[in-house]
Amino acid sequence: MKVIVPIKRVVDFNVKVRVKADGSGVDLANVKMAMNPFDEIAVEEAVRQKEAGVVTEVVAVSCGVAACQETLRTAMALGADRGILVDTDVELQPLAVAKLLKAVVAKEAPQLVILGKQAIDDDANQTGQMLAALLGWPQATFASKVVVDTAAGQVTVTREVDGGLETLELKLPAVVTTDLRLNEPRYATLPNIMKAKKKPLETLTPETLGVDATPRLATVKVVEPPKRAAGIRVADVAQLVDKLRNEAKVIA
Amino acid sequence: MKLLVLAEHDNVQLKAATLNAVTAAGKIGGEIHLLVVGSGCAGVAEQAAKVAGVAQVKLVDAPHYAGQTAENVAVLIQAHAAGYGHILAAATSQGKNVLPRVAALLDVAQISDILAVEDGETFVRPIYAGNALATVRSKDAVKVITVRTTGFDPAPAEGGQAVVEALPPGPDLGQARLVTRELTKSARPELAAAKVIVSGGRALGSGENYRQLLEPLADKLGAALGASRAAVDAGFVPNDYQVGQTGKIVAPQLYIAVGISGAIQHLAGMKDAKVIVAINKDPDAPIFQVADYGLVADLFQAIPELTAAL
Repeated sequence: MKVIVPIKRVVDFNVKVRVKADGSGVDLANVKMAMNPFDEIAVEEAVRQKEAGVVTEVVAVSCGVAACQETLRTAMALGADRGILVDTDVELQPLAVAKLLKAVVAKEAPQLVILGKQAIDDDANQTGQMLAALLGWPQATFASKVVVDTAAGQVTVTREVDGGLETLELKLPAVVTTDLRLNEPRYATLPNIMKAKKKPLETLTPETLGVDATPRLATVKVVEPPKRAAGIRVADVAQLVDKLRNEAKVIA
Repeated sequence: MKLLVLAEHDNVQLKAATLNAVTAAGKIGGEIHLLVVGSGCAGVAEQAAKVAGVAQVKLVDAPHYAGQTAENVAVLIQAHAAGYGHILAAATSQGKNVLPRVAALLDVAQISDILAVEDGETFVRPIYAGNALATVRSKDAVKVITVRTTGFDPAPAEGGQAVVEALPPGPDLGQARLVTRELTKSARPELAAAKVIVSGGRALGSGENYRQLLEPLADKLGAALGASRAAVDAGFVPNDYQVGQTGKIVAPQLYIAVGISGAIQHLAGMKDAKVIVAINKDPDAPIFQVADYGLVADLFQAIPELTAAL
């Protein structure tokens, strides 16, 4: 069984981003970029399924600028067999990415697509659901456990929902999006990073895939959130209780 | 113009998050219809009909909606989308699961987690873990939107007199089956809607310490209990306690962060609280930069003292 893992190149999760003064967006010049953390979990899951003998091939796909090649090499160093870059300078929104991925799925015919549940830059949490809809496949979002049964043609997924957990059975082919607790991604070792440089990386474009990737949402402006006023340090518990009771008036 | 709001419920009770989504719909303006999809959920439709501001309740009741799986619910909404300018749901795990699927079926963008409405096509939403606010405009014929519940007050649950109209069910696609649902049982207020939250981090050391120290404090305050990712990953509490970018987004009156350092991803979930209290023994912890009241102290002494003082 083949698995496709879409991955996104985003600002490293530890970076405190700065909003540009002209309100046009977030300043990404000279900022450290990395693979979206949820996508690392998706790659790890696919590689573990391969190691368990369930999956035969793991294909990492990234849509965006040429620099996404680095992210694909990272995925290959983690165990993906090959990479596909859908190369474009157009700003890609979730619906466009879902359409590009649908076209890649049509070419590759995987049984499972594993995505991160959201990218930590746009925080949209949409692409996996949209891809599933466009393909007409079932979806299991926010997965914390994935058990594939190829013989029965189904995947059993435990999902993190607001009140706790739920378990779904999906018919394959299916789309799964990962939550943080699905697994602990491994680190790429130096030999694996070297090997990854020799793995195949194919480049496609939205045009060759026949997909219109034009953004649907226009960003009017991007601003900093309101700053919180500086707080105070209290000396002890008694003073804290006094402040909460008499100054902030949040406790009785 | 008409707006359709997907009601969130467990086939018995209408969830409070729906009320916030109704308020957001009200800010856009137009006739609000609430869609109740489930199995044996007529009681929910009755509750929905009483929500102030709702003009109509559409009830779709069939056994194949018992688990409210995304596949069946999304095709149903797609079938009934005609005539609606906006389709909304609360940005809960259910809303986030279903609405992007609806948007893709309708070939429109989805606008996630809106905090404010500027006009019928312009909305404000957080990006980069809440470190920036983007104003986005959609020219799509239908705007599919999820609503950050803490960005909007709840609509009154009583006072409305909507008509309930039963609609025929859509197809059962049979692609997904709900096997089990294990919900965390708690007598405490729901985390996302609580007025006071006591939240614990890694520094508590164990699940036993978490319960022994924080439960009495939460009891005194009538508070919900929350946690940082570190506390969840260490197994102190179940993961639905997690507050942050990838957990729940909360905005209570009072948020007490106990032994939480204040990583970007945690702050994303709670920095809109009215009053933030941080109790941490590290005076340089980033949580103190957003705390209204900071106490540098050993939590194992401070928390019992605080509980006793209340």
